[in-house]
Amino acid sequence: MRLFNRLARPFLFAIALLPGLTFGFPASAQIFEPTTFTLDNGMQVVVIENDRVPVVSHMVWYKVGAADEPKGKSGIAHFLEHLMFKGTATMAPGEQSRIINRLGGRENAFTSNDYTGYFQNVPKQHLGRMMQMEADRMVNLTLRPDHVKSELQVVLEERRSRVDNEPSSQLSEIANAATYLAYPYRIPVIGWEAEIQGLTQQDAIDFYKTWYAPNNAILVVAGDATPDEVRTLAEDTYGEIPARDIPDRVALRGGEPPHLAMARVTMESARVDQPSWSRRYLAPGFGWGDKQQTPALEVLAEILGGGSTSRMYRSLVVDQAIAVSAGSWYSPEGLGPQTFGIYATPAQGVEIADLEKAIEAELALMLRDGVTEEEVATAVKRMRRGSIFARDDVLYPARLFGRTLASGGTIADVEEWPDRIAAVTPEAVLEAARIVLIPESATTSVLLSKPAS
Amino acid sequence: MTAQLRVCLLATALFLTTLLPAGARALEIQSVTSPGGITGWLVEDHDNPILTMTFSFNGGEAAEPVGKEGLARLLSATLDEGAGDMDSTAFQKALADDSISISFNSGLDRFSGKLVTLTETRERAVDLLHTALTAPRFDEEPVGRMKASIQASLRRSLADPRSKASRAWWAANFPDHAYGRSHDGTLESVAGLGPDDLLAFKTRIMSRDGLLVTAVGDIDPATFGTLIDRVFGDLPETGDVTPVPSAKPAIPGETLVIAEQIPQSIVAFGQHGMSRDDPDYYAASLLNEVLAGGFGSRLTEEIREKRGLVYGVYAYLLPLDHAPLIRGGLATQNARVAESIALVRQEWQRLSEAGPTEAEVSDARAHLLGTFALGLTDSDGVARILLSMRESDLGIDYLDRRDALYDAVTLDDLKRVAAELYDADALSVVVVGQPKGVEGTVTLPGG
Repeated sequence: MRLFNRLARPFLFAIALLPGLTFGFPASAQIFEPTTFTLDNGMQVVVIENDRVPVVSHMVWYKVGAADEPKGKSGIAHFLEHLMFKGTATMAPGEQSRIINRLGGRENAFTSNDYTGYFQNVPKQHLGRMMQMEADRMVNLTLRPDHVKSELQVVLEERRSRVDNEPSSQLSEIANAATYLAYPYRIPVIGWEAEIQGLTQQDAIDFYKTWYAPNNAILVVAGDATPDEVRTLAEDTYGEIPARDIPDRVALRGGEPPHLAMARVTMESARVDQPSWSRRYLAPGFGWGDKQQTPALEVLAEILGGGSTSRMYRSLVVDQAIAVSAGSWYSPEGLGPQTFGIYATPAQGVEIADLEKAIEAELALMLRDGVTEEEVATAVKRMRRGSIFARDDVLYPARLFGRTLASGGTIADVEEWPDRIAAVTPEAVLEAARIVLIPESATTSVLLSKPAS
Repeated sequence: MTAQLRVCLLATALFLTTLLPAGARALEIQSVTSPGGITGWLVEDHDNPILTMTFSFNGGEAAEPVGKEGLARLLSATLDEGAGDMDSTAFQKALADDSISISFNSGLDRFSGKLVTLTETRERAVDLLHTALTAPRFDEEPVGRMKASIQASLRRSLADPRSKASRAWWAANFPDHAYGRSHDGTLESVAGLGPDDLLAFKTRIMSRDGLLVTAVGDIDPATFGTLIDRVFGDLPETGDVTPVPSAKPAIPGETLVIAEQIPQSIVAFGQHGMSRDDPDYYAASLLNEVLAGGFGSRLTEEIREKRGLVYGVYAYLLPLDHAPLIRGGLATQNARVAESIALVRQEWQRLSEAGPTEAEVSDARAHLLGTFALGLTDSDGVARILLSMRESDLGIDYLDRRDALYDAVTLDDLKRVAAELYDADALSVVVVGQPKGVEGTVTLPGG
């Protein structure tokens, strides 16, 4: 899932990312033990208490993202996210940022296909103030044309930085459009350039008034706050905002027709010196397809391509030495069709076609013979241990619960994750692999350098 | 091993008690001297069964022999690729099977490492790290594999405009200095590296005299003391790091343009900075916050918020051991590069001439001091802070003194330091792209 932050981070060294590669997996256990409740207006609240450090992460996740944009208005979800910092009836533009800075806090916001999130990490005593300000801009956003105009330029620069200057990102956009025939994930989160240019203040306000409401939002607080404190503060702030009718976004998005042919996109660029290869298969997730398959797919991704002991790395990088990197990714987090991905970077002088053949041979072997008991046992052990490491970060559970709940998952999807992973058998892995790794649902994406003419 | 383990509880950091409400747990840093005489700093935390240990050695990329650029990075990639009687496959499997993470990173001045392990696998983790540090194999296969991997990432970064701008800035400003050589190496220099180079470089930098160790997590001081000796005790007493001379940016005021067919130009800029041990460093740090501390800061307000010229503009203090710097950057469409650079120079000049306002300083101080606790929410953050305190030689009681150090800076100090430090005419600028109305005044040596 690609996230777009409102605030750029300094770029010290550029890191080459593979198209659409997602890092990490939901690491958890029945150890976060969150408290959940719902305000009278329908706003869901999740509290993950941890008093290790006297700070809190305060997050509001709206169940609306780029996949919910009106036709022709791509980028409006992300543009609105930027505009949410432009003030309210009682708060001047930038004033909120200044207040948070002074209180010793940090803030940012992000937009994905399925959600839009806003957060502040602050010393615990300021939690109430954060809720006041966040509740205020949930309903009182006030925009001025000059601010909207200059922010649109900022977003266009963001697009140039992230996409237009980066051939691998350009290819990723094209691969996405090929992966999804109809489902709105085919449109880039940041939007197509021409459509961004046409976005107006009214578009932003329309989107805001359609989707931003307490009954379409999730409040997540992690850190040094008790559920009782959070409930009292939330009732006094968010609780005052009336619920509103929200469209059925699942119905609006539509479905994805059956895929009958493998797709392939190839891009040659003079700005590329290092070729790369990747393939995505449509896969089930929290909100699409057979959710029961997701733990087995996570184990499969770990066995096939999780690090330097994985099958793909051992075979392609170490034994055959035809790739310099190889691996796979999968995450069930999402309302729509997810992707199971594999990637590899060819060694110098190796033809992409030969690399692809070797990868397909590796997949065929796995689809014929399955995976071993030992492979599953080792992967499960490692993944479950990951959930202990996840507890080390006081604020991480806020992000984990937020994105799970906002993308079609449940509290149980997080809390029962270690048990579900532990229950995966070699047979289940093979079954899931045979369902998902079929040629017709694949999009292969190849990035090549274009020789100077 | 004697039982005379000296555990000194030198300091209990008070910074939390001043900033944070009563009842909050303070960050207690203990200085632990191992039986073998190595000092480590420890923050005990038994909430989770995890140990995070960070350490670094004196000598990084700047210590690479001429022509061997990329050696430090290759070392960081090969130390865990086979050691002792375990080949690469066996070593990687041992790490993966027990979820033990050992990683290394090469910086310009220092070479650092990190171990993360569960308590239940700690003994195994200690053995593996000890073997990696004292008996790495540097077998031909993994060394070749890691060279290929580094070369692939070099091919990516050499084609990446942001990385191009950064490399060019360093090369142009430090032409005859270790800091100016390509930091991750070149395709050619990496191709020439071999196991002998790795062993020789490792032997020169990995010694006890240049070692700093810190840890956070589920361990008591006595056990930490013995652990330090088990991991590091067999390293040689002294190293042999080639001294690096001091230097200053070589092309102050100059502009270098590198043509590239991209819609958005990448701009990297910088000037000389302030040493970390300069008493005025705290003033400089507040000034940088005023100038470039994100939203509300001058650069972001003028360039992004008012004019929509960029998605991000940044500047930061980089107090390298041998060349303290201020570095910064932005990216904007080709047509507006000249305007953006002019605005950076204008804000540089304005800060230098008039200094900050009282309100700005008050905001900057509140933010710098207040956000400190946000860095303590995971072991990694705490370990990073501990190691950087040691690397900058700030003293174990630094966190007690930190607020006072910033509070002692007066508006007059800030005006004086702003005038002395920020020099719009000293900024050297590198642009990669097709900038309109920006002429280069210099070219890259050899290019």
